[in-house]
Amino acid sequence: MSTFLGMPALPVYGSGNLHASESFPKSAHRELGNAQLRSNLGHATRTIRDKRTQVVSELPDWEQLRDAGSAIKESVMARLPELLEQFEQNFTARGGVIHWARDAGEANRIVAGLIRDTGETEVVKVKSMATQEIGLNEYLEEQGIAAFETDLAELIVQLDHDKPSHILVPAIHKNRTQVRDIFLREMENVDPDLTNEPSKLAAAARTHLRRKFLTAKVAVSGANFALADSGTLAVVESEGNGRMCLTLPETLITVMGIEKLLPTWQDLEVFMQLLPRSSTGERMNPYTSLWTGVTEGDGPQNVHLVLLDNGRSAALADEMGRSALHCIRCSACMNVCPVYERTGGHAYGSTYPGPIGAILSPLMTGIQAEENDSLPYASSLCGACYDACPVKINIPDILVHLRSVDVDSKRGTKKVPNQMDVGMKAASWALSSGKRLGLIEKGLPLSRLAAGPNKKITKLPGIAAGWTQSRDIPAPPTQSFRAWWNKEHHTPDAGVGTPLKKEEQP
Amino acid sequence: MSARTEILERIHGALSDRPEVPTVPRAYMAESELDEAELIRLLIDRLVDYKAQVSVVDHQDVSTRINELLAGASSYVLPSGLDPDWLTTAEGKDDHRRRMDSIDAPLGISELDNIDTVITGSAVSVAETGTIILDGSPNQGRRAISLVPDHHICVVRAGDIVGILPEALRRLDGTRPITMISGPSATSDIELERVEGVHGPRRLDVIIAR
Amino acid sequence: MRIALFATCIVDAMYPATARATVKILERLGHEVVFPSGQACCGQMHVNSGYLKEALPVVANHVRAFDIEDYDVAVAPSGSCVASVKHQHPMVARSCGDADLEARAAAVGARIYELSELLVDVLGVTDAGAQLGSFFPHRVTYHPSCHGMRLLRLGDRQARLLATVQGIDMVDLPEADQCCGFGGTFSMKNADVSSAMLEDKTATIKTTGASLCTGGDASCLMHIGGGLSRQGSSITTLHLAEILASTMDEPASVTGEVLVSTGKAAR
Repeated sequence: MSTFLGMPALPVYGSGNLHASESFPKSAHRELGNAQLRSNLGHATRTIRDKRTQVVSELPDWEQLRDAGSAIKESVMARLPELLEQFEQNFTARGGVIHWARDAGEANRIVAGLIRDTGETEVVKVKSMATQEIGLNEYLEEQGIAAFETDLAELIVQLDHDKPSHILVPAIHKNRTQVRDIFLREMENVDPDLTNEPSKLAAAARTHLRRKFLTAKVAVSGANFALADSGTLAVVESEGNGRMCLTLPETLITVMGIEKLLPTWQDLEVFMQLLPRSSTGERMNPYTSLWTGVTEGDGPQNVHLVLLDNGRSAALADEMGRSALHCIRCSACMNVCPVYERTGGHAYGSTYPGPIGAILSPLMTGIQAEENDSLPYASSLCGACYDACPVKINIPDILVHLRSVDVDSKRGTKKVPNQMDVGMKAASWALSSGKRLGLIEKGLPLSRLAAGPNKKITKLPGIAAGWTQSRDIPAPPTQSFRAWWNKEHHTPDAGVGTPLKKEEQP
Repeated sequence: MSARTEILERIHGALSDRPEVPTVPRAYMAESELDEAELIRLLIDRLVDYKAQVSVVDHQDVSTRINELLAGASSYVLPSGLDPDWLTTAEGKDDHRRRMDSIDAPLGISELDNIDTVITGSAVSVAETGTIILDGSPNQGRRAISLVPDHHICVVRAGDIVGILPEALRRLDGTRPITMISGPSATSDIELERVEGVHGPRRLDVIIAR
Repeated sequence: MRIALFATCIVDAMYPATARATVKILERLGHEVVFPSGQACCGQMHVNSGYLKEALPVVANHVRAFDIEDYDVAVAPSGSCVASVKHQHPMVARSCGDADLEARAAAVGARIYELSELLVDVLGVTDAGAQLGSFFPHRVTYHPSCHGMRLLRLGDRQARLLATVQGIDMVDLPEADQCCGFGGTFSMKNADVSSAMLEDKTATIKTTGASLCTGGDASCLMHIGGGLSRQGSSITTLHLAEILASTMDEPASVTGEVLVSTGKAAR
C-alpha cells in the first residue's frame, strides 16, 4: 500500500492519566513511609489473595479456561479492524450510535457534547477505567457538568478528593474508619452516629445516591466486554449501581477501549468464568448487565458508544508488548504483586497501577513520556502476576522487554553514561569469558583487606549503596570454586577452556 | 480524515507484521453431569452463601409460598406475563397492593420506588455459581421492575437449572436485555470484605419450583 | 552419567562451598562431574536490566562453553540461572538476530537441570538420608525462590528432599511463596521497596524459630542472609546443596562471615 498524505505516523501515543509523573523509586519511597497505608494494603491484598486462590481451586478446568481466554484475546488483536467493523454494524443496526475517539481529548469532547445535547448538567457514572484514563470527570466539571460516581469505592475517592489506587477497589488504601470519617465530613444529611461497620457504610451510600439514581436522565459507563457478532455490551458489577445507571436513565453513554471486543457470544462463557474469580474472588459477581443497542420500552432509548484508541494502537504495534491489551482489568496481578502490596497504586502515577500498569502505561503513552521509564523497573520479576493473570499475559517478559526498549532508547543520547551503563558494560566484558572471571575472582579476597581490621565498611558508593542500606555482604571466600576445581583436577590453565577462535572472541 | 478511518489505519499499521490468528482451544468444561436433585442442592448452597433466602416447593405450591413471602409487603409489582398459577390464591383479594407492569403500560420510576416487592420468573439459572439469569421475557418484565423495589421474589423452575455457565449462555439469545443475578446486591469495596445490600434489591427470595 | 556443572558466577565467586557440595552429592551417587572451564555467567543480570546487547557476549560464552563439552546432562545449583539458560538465552540470541546461536542455545538449554530437578526426576533420589547419607541436625526453614517455583515449576522437589535429610527439623515458613525482594538490580534501583519486602521475609523467618533458612538460589539467600545479619539476627542462610551434602562425618559449616556492615548510622 502506498503512503498517502495524512496517513498517521506510527505509533500514535495516548494522553490523559496514563503515565508516571514522578519516578517510581521516589514515589514509592514516599508511600512506603505511610504505615497506615501499608497496613491497609497488606490486610486487603491478603484477604483477596486467599479468596481468589480458594475459588480458583474449585474449578478443575481453570487452566483450560485461561488457555481459551488467552487465545481468544490473541485472535481479537490479530483481527481487530474486522471485529470492530462487525461490532459497529451490529450495534448500529439495533439502534445504538457509535463514536470514534483518537485520544482522551477527543473522547471527552464527544461525551460532553452528547450530554449537552440532552440539556442536562448532571450525570451518574458507573465505575469505568476508560473514563478515569481520559480524565472525563475533570473535563466535565470544566464544562459545567457534574458527574456523580456511584460505585462505593469511587464515591469514597470522589468525596475525599483523592485518586483511585486500585482498578477494582479504588479505595483499597482506606480502611473502614477512614471511610467513616470521609462520609461524616463530606456527605450531606449523614447520620452523625454512623459507625465504621462496612454494612452501615454501604447503607449510608445507598441513601446518599438513591435520589440521584431515580432522577438521573443521563448515565456514563464503561464496558467490560463487547461482542462483535451481536453488538452486545456487558458491564460486570456488584452493588446494583451499574444496573441503576444502565437501566433507569433515558440516555446512556458508554466509553470503551477498542481492545475490549470478543468475537462471539460463546466467548463470554470463558470470560464470565475467568473475570469474577480473578477479581473479587467470587464464584460470580452479584450483577452482570448485557444490552444490545436499544430495547424498545426497556432501558435507555438513546444509547451511545465511544470507541477509544488513546494509545491502544501504539501498544498493538509493539509485537512483544501487544498482549498487554489482553487485560480484562480484573486486578489479580496487583493483588498478588509484592511491590504493589507495599507501595499502593498512587506510586505508579497512572490510572493503571501494579504490574499491568507498569507495562500498559509505557506501551500506551511511550517509554519516554514523563517518568514512564521508571515503571518497567518497578518489579522484582517474581512472576506472581503471570501466574495469577486469567488471560496469561506474560507480564515479567514484557517488563524485561520494556527495560530493553528503555536502555536502547537512551543509547548514545547521554553525554556521560550513567553508573548502570558503565557497570553493565564492564560486567559484560568480565562475565563473557571464564578466564577473565577467574582472574577477577583471584582479586576478590583482597576486598577482605579493604574492609579493614574490623571487617566493616560504613558505606558502599553509588548505586551499590541501595544494597547496603538494609543488607550486609558476606566476606568473599579465600578461593573461588574454579580455583579449587583446577587445583583438585590439576587443570594447568585456570579458567580457560578450549582457546577461543579469533572470531568467537567477544 | 475521520477518527474512524484514522484509528482503523493505525490498527492496520500496528498489525503490519500480520500476526497469526490462533485456533482457540476449548478444552474447558462445556457441561456438567449433575442430576436435578444435585443441581438444586448446589444452587441452594451457592445462593445461601450469597445470603439469599431459598425455598424449594412443588410447582403447585408456588403461589402459597409467594403469599407467605408477601406477608409484610404493602405493595408489590408483577410483570404482565407472570405465570397465572403462581398467584391463584391471591387473586381478587390483593388488588389494593398489586401493580402490573408491561412495556405497553410501564410504571414510572417513582411509582416503582414506592413498591416494596417484585415477583418475577427467570430464564435460566447456573447451579455452580448461584446465578439466576433474567432475559426480559414476559414473565420477567422490564429490567427496572426487578431493580427498584427493595425485595425481589424470583421463581426458578427446576427444569431451568443448569450446572455451569456455558450451558446457561447457550440457552440464551444474547441480544435480549439480560441481567445475571448472583445473590442480593453486595460490595467488597471496604477492606475487601463482602457485605450484602447496596443499591439493588437488598432482599432476594428464591423459590425453586419442582 | 557424565554431568556438567554450571556453577553460576555468584556461587563460583562467593559461595564455592555450594558448588563443592553439588559435586560431592553427584559423585556420591556414582556420577562423573565435569566443569566446562570456559563458563562464567548466565547473563541474567544483563537481560533483566534491559541490557540485551551487553548480554549477548555473556550468553554466547555460556553456550560455547557447554556446546564444546562432552556430557549427558548439565546441572546448576540455582533455579534462576537454569531458567535464564532455558528461557532467556534463545530470546537474547533471537532479538540480536543470531539464528545459529539461538538454535545452539536452545540445545544447551534443553539439557540443563536445576539441582533438585536432576536429583528427583533424573537420578531418582527420594530419600536423601538413605541415598546420600544426608545428616543435618538443625532446625531449618525453607524459602522457595520465585524463579524455581514459577519459571521451572519445581513444585515441592526441594522441600521433599530436605524433609528426608536425617536429623533435620523442618519448620514451615509462613507466606513462603512471597518474593524476598532481591530481583537482581531491583534491589539497588528500587532499594526501598526491595528492603520493605526483605523486612517482611526476615520477619516471617524469625517467627519460625529456625536457626537457619535454606533455599535453592544463592542470590536470594545472600539477600535474605544479608538482611538477617544487618538486623543482628543469629539466623543464617545456607544453600540446600550444602545440607544435602552434609553427613555425620563431614558436617556442613553453618556460620558465615560478614564483611560489610554499615549499621544504622549509614542511613
